[in-house]
Amino acid sequence: MYNEMELEKLRFGTELLKRGFASMQKGGVIMDVVNAEQALIAEEAGAVAVMALERVPADIRKAGGVARMADPARVIEIMDAVSIPVMAKVRIGHFTEAQILETIGVDMIDESEVLTPADEQFHIDKKQFRIPFVCGARDLGEALRRIDEGAAMIRTKGEAGTGNVVEAVRHMRAIMGAIRSLQGMSDQELFDRAREIEAPAGLVIECARLGRLPVVNFSAGGIATPADAAMMMQLGADGVFVGSGIFLSSNPERMAAAIVEAVHNYDNPKVLADVSQNLGEPMKGIDIHTLKESEVLQFRGR
Amino acid sequence: MGVRIGVLALQGDVSEHVFAFRRALELLGLENRSEVKAFRDNGSICQLDAIAIPGGESTTICRLIDRRGMRESLVSFDGALFLTCAGLVIAAREVEDAGELVKPLGIMDIGVKRNAFGRQRESFEADLEINGLAEPFHAIFIRAPVIIASGKDVRPIAHVPEGIVGVEQGIHLAFAFHPELSGDLRLHLRFLKGLMGIEWPSAFTDK
Repeated sequence: MYNEMELEKLRFGTELLKRGFASMQKGGVIMDVVNAEQALIAEEAGAVAVMALERVPADIRKAGGVARMADPARVIEIMDAVSIPVMAKVRIGHFTEAQILETIGVDMIDESEVLTPADEQFHIDKKQFRIPFVCGARDLGEALRRIDEGAAMIRTKGEAGTGNVVEAVRHMRAIMGAIRSLQGMSDQELFDRAREIEAPAGLVIECARLGRLPVVNFSAGGIATPADAAMMMQLGADGVFVGSGIFLSSNPERMAAAIVEAVHNYDNPKVLADVSQNLGEPMKGIDIHTLKESEVLQFRGR
Repeated sequence: MGVRIGVLALQGDVSEHVFAFRRALELLGLENRSEVKAFRDNGSICQLDAIAIPGGESTTICRLIDRRGMRESLVSFDGALFLTCAGLVIAAREVEDAGELVKPLGIMDIGVKRNAFGRQRESFEADLEINGLAEPFHAIFIRAPVIIASGKDVRPIAHVPEGIVGVEQGIHLAFAFHPELSGDLRLHLRFLKGLMGIEWPSAFTDK
């Protein structure tokens, strides 16, 4: 028994391992961090994972120019600091940035519209990688195209770096509503719907049967308060990503812990009332309608 | 005769555990007399026959156990425990290099090392020999821990070269891997058999 398990019998990077990793994140908060110190604050607050970045999305907006994968040294510093999983972002379609992050041992890659896209036609062929990917989506068709490419986890795109939850709400309602509308359809109608939303028919049928996406579905893009996070959970999210909302607030430790509490008590307004008190200033937000079309990140990739 | 099973629902793959136990009870024809539910406060613990602590992030789940004041009632729970991955870490006596982040419950007399195989890149599937199962079990290891020390009441039932990955302690079962993800219910059936003190035909536990 002891040494009978030969190395060649082990299997790595399977679909089950990738989706299984995502399942372990359920009910959790994944926080954007830019250095080891912030990563430790996130871990201490109860984050299930951290997203290692050069800048949080709101600062990427301010900086302008081309936003790229973070310096690997920065990501390694964060990986060395915490015991929870570390994720990092690559540009849409930039498979070489993904190869680099896989080599340094990142636990999950976010192929993200927050960075400047590297390919306007193709997303990364995620099945070629041993580590799992999370991708953003605005509606069911987009979610299923990403899953078809190998994404093990979906998140709403929302509108990152705005501190405004309205787009995350729009995208979560669109995905959940579209799945509800599949229930009770005949096969013929499901095939028709698949063509209409430009998604693989097999995945559309699977969603109809499961009554949900076949992978974990988080919310992201504009979540700035415990109430925002709890609302996304009530709308059906399996967990939340919080980007700029924590470390651009006036008291990151308290905000981080309060958002973790809110996600676990999302359906208990009494607890939400408690954890929402005296958190200091949340990040300053942006009204979506004041953004120029070139500043809207969610239209990157489709 | 039926059983009431609660899955600790603070964080992690809770619905997978609920689903696996419901299916196992169906196989035994006990689904109508039994109940499997997710729980996240002390209210219903004393009415449960068994608790499953799922996979997830042990740091997060541990923190929430204390925030919700559930440590006492989990430690004094006198039913059976079914522990996987993070659940095994949380129930252990000792966790290596955990510092203040994971304060384990000390129910299982084992010492555990977290992320013993490395990062997600090193997560793996393997066919594992398990004491008491006639055929190998397809085991899913995700950033898995390993058991590096065990007390005299603990019986190791599964090994890999890095250490012990499955143990029995009385009616408790604990695994470093995820039986709830593989679709193979033999370990759930074995747990229910121990819990209810009943000999099932071996057809249930052997493939």
